[in-house]
Formats: sequence, structure tokens, C-alpha cells
Amino acid sequence: MNMPGNPIILTEQDVTMADPAMTVNQTNSSDKIKMTARDVKVFYGANQAIHGVNMDIIENEVIAFIGPSGCGKSTFLRCLNRMNDTIDICRVTGSIKMDGRDIYDPSLDVVQLRAQVGMVFQKPNPFPKSIYENIAYGPRLHGLASRKSELDDVVESSLRRAGLWNEVKDRLDQPGTGLSGGQQQRLCIARSIAVSPDVILMDEPCSALDPIATSIIEELIDELKQNFTIVIVTHNMQQAARVSDRTAFFHLGDLIEIGATNEVFTNPQHKRTEDYITGRYG
Amino acid sequence: MTEKNMNPANNSAADGVAPLSKVQQKVAVSLNRRHRHEKLFKGVGLVASLISLLLVAILFINIFSKGLPAFWQSAITLEIYFDPEIIKISDKPVQRADETDNAFRQRDIEWQSEVGMINFNRLIVEGLNKVLPDANQYRRDVQRIVTSGERFAMRQLVIDNPAIIGQTKTLNLLTDANIDVWLKGNIDRSLPDAQQQLSPKVREWVEMLSEQGIIKNRFSFALFMNADSRSSLASAGLAGAFMGSLYMMLVVLFLAVPMGVAAAIYLEEFAPKNKITDLVEVNINNLAAVPSIVFGLLGAAVFIGWFNLPISAPIVGGLVLSLMTLPTVIIATRSTLKAIPPSIRQAALGLGASKMQATFHHVLPLAIPGILTGAILGVAQALGEAAPLLLIGMKSFVAQVPSGPFEQATALPVQIFLWQGNELRNFFEARTSAAIIVLLALMLTLNGLAIWLRKKYENRW
Repeated sequence: MNMPGNPIILTEQDVTMADPAMTVNQTNSSDKIKMTARDVKVFYGANQAIHGVNMDIIENEVIAFIGPSGCGKSTFLRCLNRMNDTIDICRVTGSIKMDGRDIYDPSLDVVQLRAQVGMVFQKPNPFPKSIYENIAYGPRLHGLASRKSELDDVVESSLRRAGLWNEVKDRLDQPGTGLSGGQQQRLCIARSIAVSPDVILMDEPCSALDPIATSIIEELIDELKQNFTIVIVTHNMQQAARVSDRTAFFHLGDLIEIGATNEVFTNPQHKRTEDYITGRYG
Repeated sequence: MTEKNMNPANNSAADGVAPLSKVQQKVAVSLNRRHRHEKLFKGVGLVASLISLLLVAILFINIFSKGLPAFWQSAITLEIYFDPEIIKISDKPVQRADETDNAFRQRDIEWQSEVGMINFNRLIVEGLNKVLPDANQYRRDVQRIVTSGERFAMRQLVIDNPAIIGQTKTLNLLTDANIDVWLKGNIDRSLPDAQQQLSPKVREWVEMLSEQGIIKNRFSFALFMNADSRSSLASAGLAGAFMGSLYMMLVVLFLAVPMGVAAAIYLEEFAPKNKITDLVEVNINNLAAVPSIVFGLLGAAVFIGWFNLPISAPIVGGLVLSLMTLPTVIIATRSTLKAIPPSIRQAALGLGASKMQATFHHVLPLAIPGILTGAILGVAQALGEAAPLLLIGMKSFVAQVPSGPFEQATALPVQIFLWQGNELRNFFEARTSAAIIVLLALMLTLNGLAIWLRKKYENRW
């Protein structure tokens, strides 16, 4: 079991593998890099939650963050669309760039960033409004649809892409909170793709769902990667293995290993990754 | 205790079953004790609830049994001849083409005061003469039957319709307060004449007229239509106090509620968490615990002393009550906002809504039922408050219904206080209870409204 209270003694291997150059150089030169993180540290008050993470996120890939509870994977995810800004005591240092632009640049409006980097949360959180209003809220907010018919189209295409259209097309005026858990989560996915973001962050999107709803969402993620870059945090290692192209393993605020998913799962470079994947702790 | 028995030392001599049963016995004993305690606690709780229910029941029975009769009041039905011989007045003025509004109003006021000079008493006495054969021998007594306030009601009749002069009208006139008390049996009839408020002749007449059905208990519109009165006690009403309370409630509603809600939203959703906001929060919580009479002192010093607002005016009362209600509204709104799941805010922020959009599009609509409940309960609390009003002059006797928040007025709870202290106890005891019933009904309506609004908005999804 993971003992967060225990001091970690870094082995020589750990230190070498945590070297920025090593973790960053996991991408092929032919891939287009969407986001880059360099030496990202996150502090909650006096506690340091993340100790310098370096990572490149490639366009149209599905990258999974795995690791035991409290390892900082969700915290790092929330840095990518500056959701941590809402926590007063949270402080982020280092640089995160998206398409070469620093997202923590004071001149950049966080609203613009969040329209570009959507987010799906652990617990389905549809607005207590109708299904239609749930989807239409984002486009309306950003002025993406000028006419009602245009808005209708956006709602329909978003619901179609989230694989929800056939189930809800006859009850768009019904409350979104009346759907089942899995449907609610797909509604939330549809809601975030309605503003056509480039990146979708998913924070354990299936942890509150049953296996059938989970597999539907996983299939959906597979389809969505045609158009979006997806970053998914998951506790479920099988899920990471199924849906992701690359996997990043976090432990106690460090990025231990990042690589192609089949590499990480079949031939982990790190003792700690191997221990976690084989279920020795976590 | 049971743990001690698990001790191997205790078990060693036993055969393995007996010590266990001993443990079980101990458990059984302790269970008995627990059940006894539980029963005792339930009993105490039940008794406490019953006692409080009983006290409330006693209160209500007392108030209603005393107050309900006051909604009906003795009135005498008389044929009043508006005798042109007695009413000698000029014609009602009509505005001439070449006359300014002011000049006409001046003439109209002069005419109205002329109407006020009419000897309405004589009209009433003439009317009484028709039903009391021996009235002419007791001129002093006959004037004491109808309450003096009815002269003004008759004056208003003439002003409204001068054509009434020369006609005979059947009017229901309120009798003197003492007659009402006498007929309701609230006076000890065995007392000697010297101690009776009513002369023997009046008493005899009243009994007779009551038997003939000329004096009857009628629904007391005076209670709701008139302002307070000291010269004509029978026509003292709640209208002045009611309007005063209404104006104050409007001030509170339009001042304390928006300000309180805005402050709560700012503090809860936008304000940075630092020493200053902590200080503000502590102060608000303390403000909610300040005795209300202190707010009255503040109002007298600040609103009347510095801002030179009129004494006894509902505007000042409203301002004072707003100050008093503000912390209640802020605290209620903040706790409602706190209860809105953060996931809703995150969902909106994650879509690219600004903090303000997330708050106003999503958080606030969900918080509305709670905010409304808090606001209405705050207003209801202010409605029932008397102490701070005493200090800003709202306990003065005001004989007119105020027509605006800047005019002198009193308030319902203060009116209750004033009537409770009136010298004519056996008449005003019932009147006081009637005023309490009106205030309670108002409170109940407000609370009902709060519940209805909460249910209405909660059921939306």
C-alpha cells in the first residue's frame, strides 16, 4: 500500500529517470506538440504538491495520467486549464505553453484559455437546466452561434459526437440532471466539445460510473481523439491501457515515467512504475 | 467493563461456556441500563415538547379568546335627518375657469372647515330622540351614547356628497367604548353607580336599545380603517400603525435585501480570503447579536441627528430596521451560497465562464429559494420589532394614517404596546389582542410566502 507519510528515498535510478531531458524526449519529431510543460511546480500554501514536471503533449493523442492517490496527477491536469486559479492558496511556477504561447502569461485571459482547453470532471456535473441549455450555454457564452438555428446545429452535432443524440433527441427540454450517470457524463463531454476546444481534460471521468457506461465513454474517447487532444486522469490502469496512446506515471508529486502506453505497461523503465502497475502498491 | 471479562484470568477457571454467558449477562445488564436511559431521554423530550406545545396553545387561546370579540363592535342604527335648519353652509365650491388650482384649493379648504363647524351632535341627538322617548329630559346622557369620532365620519359624508342635506339616512354609528364594554359584559354590573363609567340612564337605554336590536354587534371596520384615537376610543383603529409598518417593510425590502444579498455574494464568491474579510465577517456575525434597541439609539443619533430626517417617520424606522436585518440577510444568503455544490461553479468555469458569469448564471439561480427565505424571515423579524422604534419617536400618538414614508406614524408592534398601556383597560385589552392577531396573521402570511417561494423554486427540477 501507498504510505504518503513515509519519506521517499530516491534511488540513483529514480534520479536519472526523472531527468527532464529524458522525460521530454519521449516524442517523435514527426508529432506536432500541442502543449509543453517545463519545470512546473505547484504549491498549496507551504506544501509542495508537484516538484517540477516536464512534459510534452502531442496533438490528437490520448495521454493518460496514472499514479496512486495524492500523487499530483489531478493537480497537474488542473494546471493545464488554470483551474487551480480558483484555489486561493494554490501557486504554480514554471512554464506551460500551448501552441507556443505561455498560458500563465498575465496578458492572456483565462476565459480564452478555458474555451480552448475544455474539462470533464470526476463526478458528472450537468447544470440543473435542460439538456439543450446545458450544451448551448458554452457556445452562447462565447458568441459562437449568432442565430437560433446555428445554435440548434451546434447542440445536435455536439450531442451526436458524444453519442447521446439518439437517446435524448426527443427530450432536449428535460432537465440534464434527470439522465443516468453515464448519460450525464456524456452530456458533460458534449457540453465541453460544443465550444470546440483543442484539448479536453478528463479528471477520472469514469470513476463514478458502472462498467457499461464506462466502456461507452472509453469508446467515445477513442472517437474524439480524431479531433481533440485528450488528457485523462485515471485510477483504473486497464482503462489507461485501453484508451491512451501514451501514459505518464506520477508518484508523490514527481513525474516518474512517461512513454508509449504499451511500453509503460509491458516494459516499465522504473522499479516504482513496475510496482504500481503490478499492484504492489497504489 | 466487558473488556475486563475478556481477560484470560477470569476465564481460566471456567469451562468455556460459563464465562461467556457471564459476559453476556453483563452485556444484558448494561443493555438494560442503556434502554432505561433511552426511555428516560425519550420521556424527557416528550414532556418538553408537550410543555412547549401547551404554552403555545395557552398563548393562542388567550389571545384569540380575548381578541376575536374586538373584531365586532356595538353600533347603533339611527335615522339621521340632515336638517337644513341645522346645516347652514354655502354651496360646495366649483373651480372657475379663471381660477388657479391654488386659489380653488384655498376656497375648498375654507368650505370644508365650514362643514366642520356644523353641529353634528345635534343631528345625532335628533336621531336618538326618535328611538328614546324620554331623551329630552336627559340632555347630558343622550350625548354619551354615540362615540365622538362619528361626527367626523358624518362630516366626511357631507363633504363627499352635499346633496345629502335635506335627506334622511340610516346610519350605523359606533357607540361609546364604555357601552361596548358594558354590552360585552366586561364590566362588573354589581358595582355601585358611583363607580360606574355609564350613568344609570344610559345603562337603561342601552339595555333597551340592545333588546330592540337598534344597538347591535357589527363587524368593526373602524379597527381597520381608522388611525389611533384618544378622544373617541371606540373608533381607534390600526390603519395608521399598519401603514407605518408597511412603509417600513418597503424600505427594508428595497434597502436591506438587495444590499445584504450583494454583500453576501461579494464576500462568498469574490472577496479574497484575508485578514480584512475575516474582520468583516466577524463584525457581521457580531452585528447579528447586537440588541435591537442599540440600533434605535444609532438611528436617533445618525439618521435624525445628522441627516435631519423627520422624527417618528417610517423612513427612519425602515433605515434602522434595515441595519438590524442586514446581518440576518447576509448570513442566510452566505450559508445558502455555501451549500451550492462547487461542481456547478467548476462546470461553468471549465467552459470558460468568468467568475461573475458562473455566479450569476448558475450559482445564484440555485440559491434563490434560500435567499428568499432568509430575506422574508429577516423582514418578518423586522416587522415584529418594537424596541428600536421607541427610540426614534415612533411610539408617539399619531391620529392620522400616514400617506408617505416621511410622515409621522407608528408601527403595529408599537401600537400593541401603546394600547396595552391605555387607561380604559377593559376596552383596550380586547383591542390589543386584536392587534396582536393582525400582526400574527401578517407574520404567518410572510412565513407562508417564504415557504411557498422555496417550494416553488425547488420543484423546478
